[in-house]
Amino acid sequence: MIEVKHLFKSFETKDVLKDINAVFESGKTNLVIGQSGSGKTVLVKCIVGLETPEQGAVLYNDRNLLSMRAKELKHLRSEIGMIFQGSALFDSLTVLENVMFPLNMFDRGTYASRLDRARFCLERVNLKGADNLYPSEISGGMQKRVAIARAISLNPKYLICDEPNSGLDPKTSLLIDELISDITKEYNITTIINTHDMNSVMGIGENIVFVNKGILEWTGNKEGIFTSSNQILNDFVFASDLFRKVKAAELTNHQNEG
Amino acid sequence: MNRKNSLPLYLLYSNFMIKHSLQRFGEYVLLMARALTIPDRWTAFFRQLFKEMAKLGIDSIGIVLMISLFTGAVLCIQMTLNISSPFIPSYAVGMSTRDTLLLEFSSTIMCLILAGKVGSNIASEIGTMRVTEQIDALEIMGVNSANYLILPKIIALVVFVPVLVIFSIFSGIIGGYIVASMTDMISVAKFEYGVQSYFNEFYVWYGIYKSFVFAFIISSVASYFGYYARGGALEVGKASTNSVVASSVLILLFDVILTKLLLQ
Repeated sequence: MIEVKHLFKSFETKDVLKDINAVFESGKTNLVIGQSGSGKTVLVKCIVGLETPEQGAVLYNDRNLLSMRAKELKHLRSEIGMIFQGSALFDSLTVLENVMFPLNMFDRGTYASRLDRARFCLERVNLKGADNLYPSEISGGMQKRVAIARAISLNPKYLICDEPNSGLDPKTSLLIDELISDITKEYNITTIINTHDMNSVMGIGENIVFVNKGILEWTGNKEGIFTSSNQILNDFVFASDLFRKVKAAELTNHQNEG
Repeated sequence: MNRKNSLPLYLLYSNFMIKHSLQRFGEYVLLMARALTIPDRWTAFFRQLFKEMAKLGIDSIGIVLMISLFTGAVLCIQMTLNISSPFIPSYAVGMSTRDTLLLEFSSTIMCLILAGKVGSNIASEIGTMRVTEQIDALEIMGVNSANYLILPKIIALVVFVPVLVIFSIFSGIIGGYIVASMTDMISVAKFEYGVQSYFNEFYVWYGIYKSFVFAFIISSVASYFGYYARGGALEVGKASTNSVVASSVLILLFDVILTKLLLQ
């Protein structure tokens, strides 16, 4: 479980995060949603320690990231897997070498065992036959799969995803969402997904944190979104005609069932 | 009235520049403190080191040999044309070509060229890794990104640039020899005699000592500009240009300092 308490972050004179409190449970896909510029990426970066907040606490199973010593932080980081918006694969390494990279750096096992683990992770994300290709030679969807395989190679307890569907077509997005959701359940990982893709929200949003202008505006789940009376949330989630129709149909269903 | 507003513009500007320069210097020192530590995994370090030696060093041999050959030839021609006094023996052409190569060209000028070729390569590589979040990915994994990326580049260059300097000296002298053998400006015998005359062994060491310092400047300054690049492709390009400018200025500055220290 990851818990964020009274988090404040500003850049020069601009307050980006204002008193954020949230709990991200293990075994669930936790979504951080919000408009572009709302502060959700900064929140995720504060959670993983890429940005340092001015105030507050980030608790990983009650261990505060912000008060950890270098050695503890290093140990914690080996428990975190992260998928970046642009995949962040190492250009000079092949697909297999990318997945083996964390294993080569931290796994003390034999080369054969590391190779087996990397191949297992690539199979887990349904990526076979691309071992010797470079990131520039594979599609965006495949790059995301490699990034997921690399992120899970060290059996992480926490999986952080920064807009994993960015730049992908709807079908591939859905597959990536399902893959992340399945892995979360399978290994009981605490997963945080930073997204503004409404298909992800409706599909895998088990715990949703809505950030607006640096303030935690709403928390709930995908079912709660349909019944929420929060105007800012409704304006954001149901901005398109299609989603307004989906909401109307869902509410009618609810009333009929009631 | 606010005291700051009452200051002349040039003082405000110089105040800003001093603060900015000190901040940059502080960032550079902190980055080097992170980079120059013992690697976590020696196998990963040596793998990177050999890759960097091949990419930054071996791949530069061709250009170093070519430039030095032409420069040696030009030096020989210019010396022959300019040393036309009956009081100066003609073998001085070979001697002055050799000493120019040993003292200045093969270390300083060659390192300025390498600052352009290798420095821009390092800055753009690390800068691209920064803007595409690859450095963030390393940090999240718990890898000391500065140590993993920068240390092998520094060691590779510090080890390999002196080798390039030696290649450059030989290539330059061969350039002069070609001029002597293919033209009637100076005889081969006199050129050879000049190259062997009044040879001071310390000049070779002086060039090598300088190249150690210049190699460190090229690799560390380029790494610094790449590591702190922010934004997109445009900023990576700027970082690359800035690294070449800063390395060149520092090389020339340290050339003066080292010459004063080593040759006096």
